[in-house]
Amino acid sequence: MDVLFGNLGEYLGRFGGTIGLFVVSAIVSLILGVVLAAMRVSPVPAMRATGTVYVTLLRNTPLTLVLFFFALGFTKLFFYLPFFLLAVIGLSLYTAAFVCEVVRGGISTVPEGQAEAARALGLGFTQILTLVVLPQAVRSVMPPLTSVQIALLKNTTVAAGFSVFEAGGFYRAVNERGGSTLVALLWVALGFVVLVLPLSVLQRRLEKRWSVAR
Amino acid sequence: MSAPTAVLFDVPGPRARARNTAAGAVTLVVVAALVGVVIWRMAATGQLDARVWEWVLYENVQLAILDGLVNTLRAFASGAVLALILGALLALGRLSDHRWLASVSGGVVELFRAVPLVVLMFLFYYGLPSAGITVSTYVAVVLGLMLYNGAVLAEVFRAGVLAVPRGQSEAAYALGLRKSGVMRFVLLPQAVRSMLPAIISQLVVLLKDTALGFLITYPELLFQAQFLGSNATLGSPLIPVALVVAAIYITLCLLLSALATWIERRSRRNPAALAVAPAGRLDDA
Repeated sequence: MDVLFGNLGEYLGRFGGTIGLFVVSAIVSLILGVVLAAMRVSPVPAMRATGTVYVTLLRNTPLTLVLFFFALGFTKLFFYLPFFLLAVIGLSLYTAAFVCEVVRGGISTVPEGQAEAARALGLGFTQILTLVVLPQAVRSVMPPLTSVQIALLKNTTVAAGFSVFEAGGFYRAVNERGGSTLVALLWVALGFVVLVLPLSVLQRRLEKRWSVAR
Repeated sequence: MSAPTAVLFDVPGPRARARNTAAGAVTLVVVAALVGVVIWRMAATGQLDARVWEWVLYENVQLAILDGLVNTLRAFASGAVLALILGALLALGRLSDHRWLASVSGGVVELFRAVPLVVLMFLFYYGLPSAGITVSTYVAVVLGLMLYNGAVLAEVFRAGVLAVPRGQSEAAYALGLRKSGVMRFVLLPQAVRSMLPAIISQLVVLLKDTALGFLITYPELLFQAQFLGSNATLGSPLIPVALVVAAIYITLCLLLSALATWIERRSRRNPAALAVAPAGRLDDA
């Protein structure tokens, strides 16, 4: 208990950092992922190929390596950016590949008749996607999308390996003040359980409510 | 793949074809520009100079990278085997008729799915010493991989068993098999077969997660990459080394994924393994 209450400000501040990183990366990755999914089902071969190559590369690279590049290599190649932004870029680029696959899977769950009817009405590709297919895909996409975002929340800790602002680095701060590393890490683990469990419950509820047969 | 998506647009007419060509050209220009900027910056910062690529030729460096690769694969192999065993045990526990066993297993699964793998590894490597237990980085990495992926695999196994049609277990009970027999001879073989693609894609995740060992200084590929990359006598070739290591990881993961696709295709041809879409929620990121 001492470890927690003696460092409460530090603890909450770091979880604030984690949540900030999570929220910003989640939004960016959702936007990028949906755009990539649209590219992968588009009538333009070059776009489909770009989307496929991107997803294949990013899904098969460890996140640690992606963040390794952004933490250590980016400044060498381009210009200085604060680590928070670098972590956002790395996490978003990585997560977007998974979001893309989930959304693409969701698109294929919408019955073909829907898109066919839309085509018969004379809608174009963009209209079919944004007005007919995507709104209906939301239902089947939500549960797996929540798992991707839960994974993102946990993945923010990888950033802690390269910098200090985030919950995963709490143990170092405690250690410097002579506290027990073990206890500090257990508190961090508990913090994540507290953050993740509501999301899991929400996900299960969505799954149950929305898995109703069409 | 083209079947479900081709429905989204008509066969293009002359105007749509012109528009699609234009959009394709724009995409190509944008992609070429992005790649071009990266190559230009790499050239401008000397990342393409012969000096920072020289290390590729040195035997010691090759051996160091090979060493890292072996360590990565070693952690992957032991982590995978242990995670599969733990996953099977936890799934059996969760499916058990004994309430207490089911809820304990459920609790363990939820706990280890919720705690980030990095925090688990930190716990074992940096945390345990303050309780007087010291473990090697290897043990910490493998333990973390086992607990986290075991919990995820337990959900996969469970989903697989639950997806086997009810008539199968009812028929087995009717034949006089006991609970363990029904599970061993009837449910598990069918479940494993239908979940094999999901199991292998989780193993891909496990392979990628071995890279987290870098954060606790386990000498795997990425760790070697940083070591070599900060070596001044080689010209600090951090980015070249990272590129090579990325290529190695991507190749390994693609090989595993190709195996999954192959198995999936094979089982799809086989009507016995038909049906049962993997219903599990996968933490595949």
